[in-house]
Amino acid sequence: MRDFLFEMKEGLFIALRALKSNKIRSLLTMLGIVIGITSVVLMTTAIKGIDVAFQKGISALGSDVLYIDKFAWFGNRDFWKMRNRRNLTMDDYDRFKDLAKLPKASAPVLRARKTIKYGDNNVEGVILVGSTSDYVATTNFTFNTGRFFSQTESKSARDVVVLGSAVAKNLFPRGNALDKKIKIGNKNFKVIGILDEQGSFILGSFNPDNQAFIPIGTIFKYFLNRSRGSITINVRAQNPAMLADTKEEAIGVMRKIRGLKYSQEDDFAVNQQEGLMKNYNNVVGVIQIAGLFITGLALFVGAIGIMNIMFVSVKERTKEIGLRKAIGAKKRTILGQFILESTAICLFGGLIGLLLAIMLSMVINQFLPTSVQYSAVVIAIVISLITGVLAGFAPAYTAAKMDPVTALRYE
Amino acid sequence: MNIIKIEHIAKIYHLGTQEVHALADVSLNIDKNEYVAIMGPSGSGKSTLMNMLGCLDTPTSGIYEFTGKNVSEMSDNELAKIRNQEIGFVFQTFNLLARSDALHNVELPLIYAGISAQERKERAEKALVDVGLADRIHHKPNELSGGQRQRVAIARALVSNPSIVLADEPTGNLDSKTGEEIMTLFNELHEKGNTIILVTHEGYIAEHAVRIIRLRDGLIDSDEIVEKRFSSNTKKVLGN
Ligand SMILES: Nc1ncnc2c1ncn2[C@@H]1O[C@H](COP(=O)(O)OP(=O)(O)O)[C@@H](O)[C@H]1O
Ligand SMILES: [Mg+2]
Repeated sequence: MRDFLFEMKEGLFIALRALKSNKIRSLLTMLGIVIGITSVVLMTTAIKGIDVAFQKGISALGSDVLYIDKFAWFGNRDFWKMRNRRNLTMDDYDRFKDLAKLPKASAPVLRARKTIKYGDNNVEGVILVGSTSDYVATTNFTFNTGRFFSQTESKSARDVVVLGSAVAKNLFPRGNALDKKIKIGNKNFKVIGILDEQGSFILGSFNPDNQAFIPIGTIFKYFLNRSRGSITINVRAQNPAMLADTKEEAIGVMRKIRGLKYSQEDDFAVNQQEGLMKNYNNVVGVIQIAGLFITGLALFVGAIGIMNIMFVSVKERTKEIGLRKAIGAKKRTILGQFILESTAICLFGGLIGLLLAIMLSMVINQFLPTSVQYSAVVIAIVISLITGVLAGFAPAYTAAKMDPVTALRYE
Repeated sequence: MNIIKIEHIAKIYHLGTQEVHALADVSLNIDKNEYVAIMGPSGSGKSTLMNMLGCLDTPTSGIYEFTGKNVSEMSDNELAKIRNQEIGFVFQTFNLLARSDALHNVELPLIYAGISAQERKERAEKALVDVGLADRIHHKPNELSGGQRQRVAIARALVSNPSIVLADEPTGNLDSKTGEEIMTLFNELHEKGNTIILVTHEGYIAEHAVRIIRLRDGLIDSDEIVEKRFSSNTKKVLGN
């Protein structure tokens, strides 16, 4: 064991000497490894960022919420069939609220896309969410200032609005949005509440931060014909454990409302985030496969490059190898020396790649909050080491089994 | 005691269909503290014999015993150990590591012997001082003259206190004056009790040795003791 450590140490010194004397070549050889390691670290970093954003988004939406909708969110192979389904109406909602006993809260939701203005500031394409005062109970919303609209405001379709944090920030960069009059479309609305930052970009148009909330009656009044558009019913279970029961009840109640016979299929869908989760896993899976493919390819090319340069190096140093053997280097010492050399190249390349990835992840961090994972650092180092050993083995073996006399005669 | 004992050694190289008998049939004993010069025309098998003696190469047939042990029965690792600890090699082309300084070059055999960095440095420095390079310890080969390079190589051969020093045309790449200086160094080593075997085809170099073995076509042509104390002129008069 002590002998082994000694040989490792001396081998490392010899390897470093060799690398130092061929700096540019060593650096160029490292390129593949640098790219491979950068890509694997960035990939894990990006996935982590997406993951964090997603979890945050999910918890903003609430993990115990069901969405009764005309369309199923996932598995859209029956799209044409679903398109022909009856719309979900406010009447459906009213009866649902009446009949369903398990939900903690339920609310109708109708969405529209509008431009919102205040003075010179305007925000385009804000998702306008129309609902009732019950809506807030189906979410985990917390308020920066103000409140959600009341039952009266909701019932009488007042021109009041609650702003998501990002929308408020864009309209009122200096704050003080409360009680201001803003324009949605060409109608005036009074701001009665501003939300805290809730979700994350990953939710896109579902991110509450990018939404504005008004009474559903007001949406019908100004922006959408009551006969068009299908509402969604957001249903929140008492607690996550009761989600399955709540879903079962919801399906039963909806079939009753729709007057479906035993033999008829559901003409609505009860969606939940588990579906979203599945979808998310698919997306991450694709990123992972793509990332692993790029990483694998870069590492493979890098390893071939290193193997090649090591063969060249062994050839160039044939005489040196002969000399080393003549003065007592054992086969395994020579083998170890060249493997150490290629491993040192790879490790150094890996460290450069790591550094590059850390710098790039700071850039990524600007739009996807994330940081380089410790596990990624460990993986990067282990991969570099393994690549180095694998790429170095064949050239090192050639060197080790050289006949000393022939090697010494080599010119 | 015989350090080296070889009996009916042959070495055959195959060049395509042709067989080259580099050594045909050589038997030889060499004792401790001998000073042997091997001479002979180019291609007569001198280097082949030296490589054999230095355990760098193994014979096609015949027996080689080094300090009583049969070399052909040794494993690669045992051979490496013998080369490392019992044999000091000096080459015609010096064979120094170009990018390492004199000190590191001399340390090399000690690294393979597993000696600690501190002791290595001390011993290598002493070896360099002994060959007269006290002020060239941190010079790289390209900053040294040919004679100085060969001195580094000799220091490297001596640093592990080997039983024999083998030198294959150590002055072949040097001018005659520098060659003489190097030979003076070998003479001193011999006087200190080292066993030295060197190859040369220059008569005035061989004159430093006590015993001269002449090879021709892979066979020993002559093997004689010469009186070293005589000057080369005296030897000429004696018809040697
Ligand atoms: N590796 C080899 N392969 C083929 N022939 C060789 C090899 N080494 C030496 N020889 C041949 O063996 C003979 C003796 O070579 P060598 O011992 O180098 O002679 P010297 O050193 O006396 O000049 C020469 O004819 C040479 O060509
Ligand atoms: Mg020769």
